[in-house]
Amino acid sequence: MNIPYTSTARPDTGLYNAKVGIWLFLASEVMLFGALFSSYVLLRVGAPSWPHGYEMMNIPLGTVNTIILIGSSVTMVMSWASLMMKQFSKYKLYMGLTILLAVLFLVNKYFEYSAEFHHGRFPRTSTYFAIYYTLTGLHGLHILGGIIVNSYLWGPGSKMWNTDPQRFTNRVEVAGLYWHFVDLVWIFLFPTLYLL
Amino acid sequence: MRDDTSKHRSQKQVEGVGVGTAQVHAAHAEHHELSFVRKYIFSTDHKVIGIQYGITALLFLLFGFTLMMIMRWQLAYPGEPIPLIGALLGPERAPDGVMLPEFYNQLGAMHGTIMVFLGVVPLAVGAFGNYIMPLQIGAVDMAFPKLNMMSYWVYFVGGVTMLVSFFLPGGAANSGWTSYAPLAVIATTGQTAWLLGMVFLITSSLLGSINFITTIIQLRTHGLTFMRLPFFVWAQFVTSFLLLLAFPPLEAAGIMQLMDRLAGTSFFMPSGLVVSGVPLPYTGGGSPLLWQHLFWFLAHPEVYVLILPAMGIVAEIIANNTRKPLWGYKSMVNAAIFLGFMSFIVWAHHMFMTGMGTVISAFFQTTTMIISIPSIIILTAFFLSLWGASIRFTTPMLFALAFLPMFGIGGLTGLPLGLAPPDIHLHDTYYVIGHFHYVVAPGTLMALFAGIYYWYPKVTGRKMNDLLGKIHFWGSFIFLNGVFMPMFIQGLAGVSRRLYDGGAQYAHAQEVLHWNEFISVSAWLLGLAQIPFIINFFWSIKKGKKVEENVWQATTLEWSATTSPPLAHGNFVQIPEVYRGPYEYSVPGAQRDFLPQNERA
Amino acid sequence: MESVHSDEVKKSVRTYILVFVALMVLTMITVAISTLHLDVAAAVTVALIVATIKGSLVAGFFMHLISERKLIYATLILTAVFFVALMFLPVSTFLNSVAQ
Repeated sequence: MNIPYTSTARPDTGLYNAKVGIWLFLASEVMLFGALFSSYVLLRVGAPSWPHGYEMMNIPLGTVNTIILIGSSVTMVMSWASLMMKQFSKYKLYMGLTILLAVLFLVNKYFEYSAEFHHGRFPRTSTYFAIYYTLTGLHGLHILGGIIVNSYLWGPGSKMWNTDPQRFTNRVEVAGLYWHFVDLVWIFLFPTLYLL
Repeated sequence: MRDDTSKHRSQKQVEGVGVGTAQVHAAHAEHHELSFVRKYIFSTDHKVIGIQYGITALLFLLFGFTLMMIMRWQLAYPGEPIPLIGALLGPERAPDGVMLPEFYNQLGAMHGTIMVFLGVVPLAVGAFGNYIMPLQIGAVDMAFPKLNMMSYWVYFVGGVTMLVSFFLPGGAANSGWTSYAPLAVIATTGQTAWLLGMVFLITSSLLGSINFITTIIQLRTHGLTFMRLPFFVWAQFVTSFLLLLAFPPLEAAGIMQLMDRLAGTSFFMPSGLVVSGVPLPYTGGGSPLLWQHLFWFLAHPEVYVLILPAMGIVAEIIANNTRKPLWGYKSMVNAAIFLGFMSFIVWAHHMFMTGMGTVISAFFQTTTMIISIPSIIILTAFFLSLWGASIRFTTPMLFALAFLPMFGIGGLTGLPLGLAPPDIHLHDTYYVIGHFHYVVAPGTLMALFAGIYYWYPKVTGRKMNDLLGKIHFWGSFIFLNGVFMPMFIQGLAGVSRRLYDGGAQYAHAQEVLHWNEFISVSAWLLGLAQIPFIINFFWSIKKGKKVEENVWQATTLEWSATTSPPLAHGNFVQIPEVYRGPYEYSVPGAQRDFLPQNERA
Repeated sequence: MESVHSDEVKKSVRTYILVFVALMVLTMITVAISTLHLDVAAAVTVALIVATIKGSLVAGFFMHLISERKLIYATLILTAVFFVALMFLPVSTFLNSVAQ
């Protein structure tokens, strides 16, 4: 059975279904991370003392990770642009790069967490570390989710390019919107936890 | 096949060039070969999913109600062995058949959780929304059928997680459906299961709300503008936005409470807590109030999730059984939207007693008073819709009519709770229990029953028996009031909620203690009154009177544009086109007293 | 999706590269400012301003929000209102509390 507007846009809204769906999902994600940021504010304001991010965090590593993630956002949008220009091999290249950069981000986070554990800094150590691990951990899970989806779109899912290129391009666009959002969250996370 | 061809044509008209014939044929080939499992268990058809939600939710409602009926024994006869099942509960729950306070607390927490999250919302939104909404907008299915299937199964897993928790050491969650920290953080293992179950349920809800909103925006049939939508669809639309944006903070809070319980964090644990003389092993610095804020940020909009679909159902049934357009459709729509918006900024009226200052308290009192206005607008519109009407007292209409004064009582009793000074006296008393149950039980639940009797013929092709329906109605109506009205009296006397002996130990409760037995007996009679419904529901599937596709002579698409069940895969033999609003009843000069939305003039 | 011409996409590619460069620069700026160890109020303000600019660039250009439909804007504005409520109201009950 064919659901209308999976590939083409509905004339009055100008949108195809998945685009509406992903923006709604991202709205809910704004509220999810918003709740954690709100918790951060409440815990910090209510605390008698709170460490500065620059006292506790590995700023060079965090900065590198910021650059990696922003870079992966560029490669992601380039992978979609490549499909729009009907250049499938370029799409594969850029999407592959996106996935690689994402994995690199997680590898860095692994080293970061390991070092922190080594120094006896666990979630239970203080509310600062509790919110740090929860925020970055949830963010990291979102990166993992993105890696899985993007890998599917790079690999087995990319067969759709042959049968329904329009719909496939839409899928990549939608995955891209999710990925940029994950980048956006980090853009706020990084200064909040590492620099302030 | 004729219907396939017309679908192809309308799809092509609608999508423009782009639907490959090969694709379409493949889809149909797939359809013809669906196994039993793909057709009835892992189905992507919104109608099957709606029924799955409906049956599961009704079972949970029955279970949640049973938990309460057991609790009411302890409240009526504190310390007496529970008859019949007392022996079956075992020594950890009820030694010698006498309920332990710990078990009472489990029953209380799970009753609330199950009724709200596993019963009412899945029925109101998952069942009614899924089945009816696409039909009412002329859609072949939801925008994301596979996501829809996932929604149901994730709900199912969440529900099983909740049920299984009763068998964990220490039993189920026992810190109220509100799971306040720090108590919930140090509670037994069942609380962890509660938190995990909530994560599943919230995920299910999220997937569902994305589907509903996208479907309503994108899949309305030709001619169906937003202001021609049945109020039921508007109600589901606003409800879905509430679910979408209000649940995530509770998900975040749930994750944080899990971290507190499992990773030893102190998100909600203040410094220096000592339990039974032993300091807790937490570094502290956390805030129990943080939990309350995040919980109520969801839980307040949640109550509008409980009421809006019910209002939607009542709207359809009133219009249909008064044979008149709804009075003030536009006002009702605007009121529903405004209600949804305001619901996000009133939550701390659940927290007036937590030490907030007068400025912020005034803010929340003001928004709370303001939010009563749209509810009043909607209720008034319903009442005015009855004026000058030729009322058909069908079984659904009885329930829908009863909803009006019951919701009125529920709403009015909320007013003193929304103002801080009287709330000082009434907070956490039985008055609160009376207030919210009036809205949800004689309110929403009666509307949901109305919906079942109303749409049963669309789902099954047969009507439910009217005599059994009327017995069910009167029994429920009388005993629901018998259960909840005396609670206002007890609450005003100061009887606290969540007391396992119903207040027996308190001097101020003595004069109103006798109501406990009255309430309990009403509850058990209420249980008996559901038997005709249960019998009717199953008996009518095979033995109910067979009826034509538009038995109620209704104007909305689910009645006027579909065939008799089983509905065609794709819902419509021909995709309907809409020419007018949803409630064109008794149009002057028309041949019949109703003009369906899809009928050319 | 309406078909988009190759040239439009090529122009967008140039925009993406420019935005990337801007984001790099802003990242360096925000890290540099943090080394000044400003007092908390000033540090938070500056950091949030820079983050908002960066976020707007990502949202506006990578997510194409700058040319998106009304419906999407409406949903996001609604979300933003509730986000603000969630950020400010809970902490207000702390700041305006009986135990001051």
